[in-house]
Parts: sequence; C-alpha cells; structure tokens
Amino acid sequence: MSEENIKNLEEIFEARIARDEKIEPKDWMPEKYRKTHIRQMSQHAHSEIIGMLPEGNWITRAPSLRRKVALLAKVQDEAGHGLYLYSACETLGISRDELYDQLHSGKAKYSSIFNYPTVSWADMGAVGWLVDGAAIINQVPLCNTSFGPYARAMVRVCKEESFHQRQGFEIMLSLCRGSKEQKAMAQDALNRWWWPSLMMLGPVDAESVHTEQSMKWKLKRKTNDELRQQFIDQTVPQADLLGITVPDPDLKWNEETGHYDFGEIDWDEFWQVVKGHGPCNKERLSARVNAWDEGKWVRDAAMAHAEKKELNKLKEVV
Amino acid sequence: MKKNVYQYILSIADNSLILGQRLGELCGHGPNLETDIALTNISLDLLGQTRSYFQYAALLAGDDKTEDDIAFIRIEREYRSILLVEQPNTHFGYVIARQFLFDVYHLLFMEKLQFSKDETLSAIAKKGIKEVSYHERFSSDWVKRLGDGTEVSKLKMQEAINDLWRYTDEMFHVSASDKAMISEGIGVDVVALKERYYAKVTEVLSDAMLEVPEGKYFQKGGKEGIHTEHMGYILSDLQYMQRSYPNMKW
Repeated sequence: MSEENIKNLEEIFEARIARDEKIEPKDWMPEKYRKTHIRQMSQHAHSEIIGMLPEGNWITRAPSLRRKVALLAKVQDEAGHGLYLYSACETLGISRDELYDQLHSGKAKYSSIFNYPTVSWADMGAVGWLVDGAAIINQVPLCNTSFGPYARAMVRVCKEESFHQRQGFEIMLSLCRGSKEQKAMAQDALNRWWWPSLMMLGPVDAESVHTEQSMKWKLKRKTNDELRQQFIDQTVPQADLLGITVPDPDLKWNEETGHYDFGEIDWDEFWQVVKGHGPCNKERLSARVNAWDEGKWVRDAAMAHAEKKELNKLKEVV
Repeated sequence: MKKNVYQYILSIADNSLILGQRLGELCGHGPNLETDIALTNISLDLLGQTRSYFQYAALLAGDDKTEDDIAFIRIEREYRSILLVEQPNTHFGYVIARQFLFDVYHLLFMEKLQFSKDETLSAIAKKGIKEVSYHERFSSDWVKRLGDGTEVSKLKMQEAINDLWRYTDEMFHVSASDKAMISEGIGVDVVALKERYYAKVTEVLSDAMLEVPEGKYFQKGGKEGIHTEHMGYILSDLQYMQRSYPNMKW
C-alpha cells in the first residue's frame, strides 16, 4: 500500500473515532492503535488476574460464611473479567498464551496496587472500597472508548466493579459500627491503602507518556490528575461517614476550587513498586508463574484428550 | 429427636463446608482461568448448601445460635465430615479425584434426601441436586480427560485415585444418630447406595482408561469426629477470625 493510501485510511479512521463510531476487530486500523490496545487491554486483564491473589489470600479466613461466599464470588468475578478482557485482546491477533508469556516474563505490567499485602480482614473492605473505587473512576469512561470489544467488555466489568465497591464499603461500615478492635482494624487498613490508591490513578500528568494519544482514541477521557481529584472528592466524605480519618494532614476542603486540597504523594514509592520492588511483586508474579507451570500437564492432557476424541469421531465417520 | 436431626445435619453439611473450604484455597491458582472459575463455582455451591443446612440447624438448636456459631465455633472432634473431603490439594489430579469420589456419592445421597420426611432437608436437597449433578459431570469429565490424556496425566490421575480410594468406604458407614434418622424416614440409608456408587465410579474409571484400585483396607473416623492430621490446619484458617475476635458481627 502506498504511503498516500495509508494516510488516507488514517484520516478516515481518525474521522470515524471523532464521530464516536466504534472500531471493530476486522476494520482497518493503524498499527499503533492495535498495539496500544493490546498493551492497555492486556495490562487490564493481567491486573484482574493478579488482583485475585491479594483477596484470594482471605478466602479461607473470612470471618463469616456470608463474607466467605461474597469474597469467593468477588474473586471469581475478577477471573471472569480477566477472561473476557483476554478474549477482547485476542480479537487483535494475539493469543492468550502470548499474553501470559508477556506477564510471566515481566514484560507486561499490571496495576501496582496488587503488589501490596493484605494483612487483615479489613483489607478486604479497604480494597473493595478504595481500589475498586479508583478502578471504577478509571474504567467508567472506557465504556465509551473507540474499540468496540473493549467498550462492550467494560460495560459489564463496571457494573460488577461498582457492586464490589459497595460490598467493600459495607465491610468497612460493619467494622466501623462494630467493636473498638474492629474500628481500629478499619482505620489501619485505610492508613495503608489510601496512598497506594491515589497512586493507582497513575503518575502526574506531566509524566504520563501515553495521555495525549490515548485521549485522541478515547482510551482516556480525563487526565490522571483529574481522575485522582475526582476520586479524592468522592471518597473523603465516605471516610467521614465511616468515622475514620484519611491519613493526610494536608487534606482540606477548598471553598474556592470546590475540591479537596491534598498532600504530596510519595512518587519514589510509586516508581519503586512499578519497577518491581514493592512488598509483594515477587510473590504475586511467582504465584502466577507457578500456577501456570504446574498446570501445564493438565492443559496438555486436555488437549491430548480432545485430539483423541476428534480422531475417534473421524474413524467412526470413515 | 431435634438433637438427632441437628447432629444429622452436621454430618451432611460438614462435608460441604470442608470441601468448599479446600476448594477455596485454590481460587486464583488453577491450571487455567476456565478451570479456576469452575472450581470456585463448585466451592460457592457447596458453601451455599452449607449455609442452608446450618441456618436450619441453628433454628433447631434455638438459644440464639447462628449459622456462623455452628460453622466456626466447634472443636475438631465435633466436626462430622468424612476424611475424604479434608484431604489436601496435592496436585490437580488429587483435586479432581477427591471431587469425583465425593460427587458420585453426593448426587446419589441428594437424590434420596429429596424424599426426606423433613421438609427443609427435602427442599435443600431438591435445590442441591441440580448443582451436584453439574459437579459430578465436571469431575467425571476431568477424570476422563486426565486418565485418557497423556502418559503423565494418566499416572498422576491413577496415583490420586489410588491414594484417595481408602477414604471411600466411610461414606457408607452408619452412625447411631444416622440410624435413628433413617428409621424416622428423615435420613438416607447410605448402605443402600454403596453398590450403585462403586458401579458408577467403576464405569467412569474404565471410560478414563484407569484401573479400579483393589485396596481392601479403608480408613474411617470423620463421622465420629476423629480426623486426619490435615483437619487441624483447615480449622486454624477457617476459625482464625472468630477465635481471634470472638462475639463480633462482621
């Protein structure tokens, strides 16, 4: 194809996105669009799968049967999200095995928040309330993103995430209305999860490398800083309702801007975790690699069995 | 009479509780996403059944007992689950073998329990049959896949079946409280299920190109509350929060 032809196609493509038309897998698309979407969707899928681990950590120790069942169902939802995000990714011509390879080799990233440990039951509340809360703020705009399969997957993901967030808040509410020990457990969880949740919305705009292009393709509708402010404005009154304190001495309502002012985020910590040196990076990745490696004989057997069955069917026909 | 029904419920529900708990350990660690989701589903079904049973048991017990008191605040000797369900997730072959050997029994059991004279137990069984027949199909299919898959999977599946075989006979033991329940038309006469159980298991194993173990020595004790060494660790996890923070609402 000549350069002029490609330029033409690109113009048509950009015009379609500007008109809010959905791009479907078989449509022509610039290579960069395809690669960017594989990167973002697979990161999202990996985050769902790695995200199962910190919460899975409490399934066997949940304090009541009702909580145990709800937690299991929640972690299972995350597996489901991973499954259809991987499938959406596969429509762009990459296999699930390749995507797993990228995760296992450390080439692909996932949300850094999951490299923090879940050390108490209250963390199940805090993760639902704050982490899923921040995730929703990131993800709701994606229901209108330009790539059709991603947008459609996100509609379902967001519905479930918002249920998870309410569930997390409800865990926190029970703790805060409970005994002194329970309330202390909730406060401790907020102390540990607050700052990582703010970091979860990404580096400050000046350092965010993908923002401009992503905005154009509607992979992003607001900047990281705007999303972070939205998250803080929405969450602080919820903490007030719970009667626990956000661990930021500089947090103050600003009448003029109509937003909360907040303290300095420790970006050194953020980059340390992103670069693989957080409290649980090694554990999370090795848990996934182990599950995959130890499952190899099972997957091989399933394939071999399916082939035998297919062969038998053929023999019957002959 | 109520006391007998209460004890009888524990002997059914504890199997679901302990197996559900064991499967819960695997969530996020399955050989692929689809299997992970399926095993979590089974765990959810079993724990859902457990809740229905224990809510009923709590009602019978009176004195403000809750489903969680029954699930979490007992000593090991008071759990009535069979030894099979507490066996560890040694590898995926064991997970499937344990599930299969239990599911075949569980389905036969539920099919009878639905005719119990106790309306609540009958209702729980009717609802549970659909779930348990899915479990049985899932685990039987996997026994066949692994048994008739590769050389490696065949060995592993056979190893797991051989090792867990000694826990199968206990399912057909009748305790004193079971006897009373059977004669009242509330409980299931498990002895009568034995022949069909082994016939079904043999059929699936032979479809899977696996050997039916010839072991004649069996283990028992769970129904009397005498468990394997694994049980204490399961309960340490299960009861951790309730023991560390007693008398609280979650």
